[in-house]
Amino acid sequence: MTRWPARLHVVTGKGGTGKTTVAAALALALASQGRRTLLMEVEGRQGIAQLFDRDPLPYQERPIAVGWPGTRAEGAGEVYALAVDAEEALLEYLDMFYKLGRAGRALRKFGAIDFATTVAPGVRDVLLTGKMKEAVTRTVEGRRAYDAVVIDAPPTGRIGRFLNVTAETARLAKMGPIKTQSEGVQAVLRSPVTSVHVVTLLEEMPVQETADAIMELRALDLRVGSIIINAAQPDLLPTAKITQAEVRRGLVAAGLPADKGTVAGLVAESRAYLTRRQLEEGLRAELAALGRPMMALPALAGGVDLAGLHRLAGILLGGPDE
Amino acid sequence: MSDLDVDALLGNPDIRIVVCCGSGGVGKTTTAAALGVRAAEVHGRRTVVLTIDPARRLAQSLGLVELDNTPRAVPEAAGELHAMMLDMKRTFDDVVLAHTDAKRAEEIFANPFYQAMSSTFAGTQEYMAMEKLGHLRARDEWDLIIVDTPPSRSALDFLDAPARLSRFLDGRMLRLLIAPARAGGRSVFSLVTASFSLFAKLMERVLGGQLISDLSGFVGALDNMFGGFRDRAEETYRILQAPETAFLVVAAPEPDAVREADYFAGRLAEERMPLAGLVVNRVHEVYAPDIPAGEALAAADAVEADDPVAAGALRVHARLVAQVDREQAVTLRFREAHPSVPVATVAAQPADVHDIDGLRKIGTALSADPVNLY
Repeated sequence: MTRWPARLHVVTGKGGTGKTTVAAALALALASQGRRTLLMEVEGRQGIAQLFDRDPLPYQERPIAVGWPGTRAEGAGEVYALAVDAEEALLEYLDMFYKLGRAGRALRKFGAIDFATTVAPGVRDVLLTGKMKEAVTRTVEGRRAYDAVVIDAPPTGRIGRFLNVTAETARLAKMGPIKTQSEGVQAVLRSPVTSVHVVTLLEEMPVQETADAIMELRALDLRVGSIIINAAQPDLLPTAKITQAEVRRGLVAAGLPADKGTVAGLVAESRAYLTRRQLEEGLRAELAALGRPMMALPALAGGVDLAGLHRLAGILLGGPDE
Repeated sequence: MSDLDVDALLGNPDIRIVVCCGSGGVGKTTTAAALGVRAAEVHGRRTVVLTIDPARRLAQSLGLVELDNTPRAVPEAAGELHAMMLDMKRTFDDVVLAHTDAKRAEEIFANPFYQAMSSTFAGTQEYMAMEKLGHLRARDEWDLIIVDTPPSRSALDFLDAPARLSRFLDGRMLRLLIAPARAGGRSVFSLVTASFSLFAKLMERVLGGQLISDLSGFVGALDNMFGGFRDRAEETYRILQAPETAFLVVAAPEPDAVREADYFAGRLAEERMPLAGLVVNRVHEVYAPDIPAGEALAAADAVEADDPVAAGALRVHARLVAQVDREQAVTLRFREAHPSVPVATVAAQPADVHDIDGLRKIGTALSADPVNLY
């Protein structure tokens, strides 16, 4: 079976869990399977550009990386990146459906764009989810434009509302073009094409929000994919208890300072590590109880760079531990 | 380089509002709650903490069991400490009720656009947090109000919401939508001037007639309130600029969080809002400073066979040293960019805080000498 079978991968997670990093690594992983992949961000933060160390992305799809082994000749797919801007998406939408062309830009003068993208209920999210659907269903000369689309999506606190917004607009707009468009988006988001992955850390709040988000997504009939534990700590200490005598013996054997302060310091550091570790095991069990495939990505010491992203992509291709 | 004196800030009777901002996941709510406990218990100030979306167990520790939009006394804290959780929809309803009669309010509450906007519109939470802050301040019942800002995609949303609202209120779009309602419900776009006509046709085509008339009804019903909305937003904005307000930017010692803190510090300066300092949470500390990371790793390999536990302890140590180095580098970058902004640090807690005693400890750590700073 192909790993990551869905074509639209929505990556959410509590703020600060490394959603953007995981989304980028997943895009690289899919490209390494030979899939032409679009990595899309919808929050206007230019996180992708920062991650790949580029200038801010324009509202335009551009190649940003190539999957492993690094060349298309060897069968790797390319990763394209797009930072969706709600204003531009609105103008594009108007152009696509109403053939407005440049005339649509006159709307800006009337404050209609401000209105639509910031004040009118959820219009912004309607546009962003509409763009997601457009990218995943687009064809060029009878072929799919992208084999896979990865979304760096809004955080867990807003993901249900974000993905469900078109259901809401379909209700508000009882008929007309907005209703038709909204229903089209809902159909894609609720089909097996779409999978929502939740990124978490082994910390209490992110785990709680992961559980809440999965419950909410299930209630909305959206498909939950994997739970991805980010920045997992390696298992460094082969014990649950540590004594000063053991540490002192090791320090002496290695010819390192073994004074009282150093020994006590090392023991204190190890005890804090063990406390943390125990807490993490409890949280891991809570996540396991959610009944979704789980995988863990290591913390990348010294920050995230392209080599690091490829490393994470390799682990993601190893697939979830079932 | 000065460092943040939290006790001087909390004990200063001229400071009436402390706003904690920063990106999500940096411990903002915990910081706000810890400052509240310290202000009430150590400085004897009648304090209220306005939280937006606290972790369940943290909320419980403050005695908050439901979202009821009313400050409640925190039973376990000494001194006078109150806490409340923002109920976005109820705050919005209260604003409407304050500006119109009961019958009009009923109409507004029933409108599907109002229902959607009051609970889901991106930015409503930021605006309502400002609104609630203005409301609490106007009541003048507290010596100190501590505000935890919404977990926005960007810390800046909190500052941008009122401006966006104003821009909308001043926009022609609004006048266009209001026109028919003012004219007593005639055909939606019949009264608009010729210059609008092309635009109007376009709107009908894009949105559909039914949607436009619902929307127009909604905006029309709110019409007489918009002035009030704007006045209140502007009033709150002025309070934020006043010397009685202190902003604290909260961050974790990680590149993303510090970058956000950096944007925010720059933005506050532009808005002429008083930034009191940076709080760096979850700072790690090395307890065996005499062993460098490289030596620890080499020694771990050497003693692995005979002393596996000591080898493990040395690896834990090496990892911690590297982490502390990174944390210091990222914090130092902020200090270099903002040399006049004082900094306080809080050591990482092995477990999450969910009781008053844990909050007291954080408060003590906030007030102590900074650890791990050059």
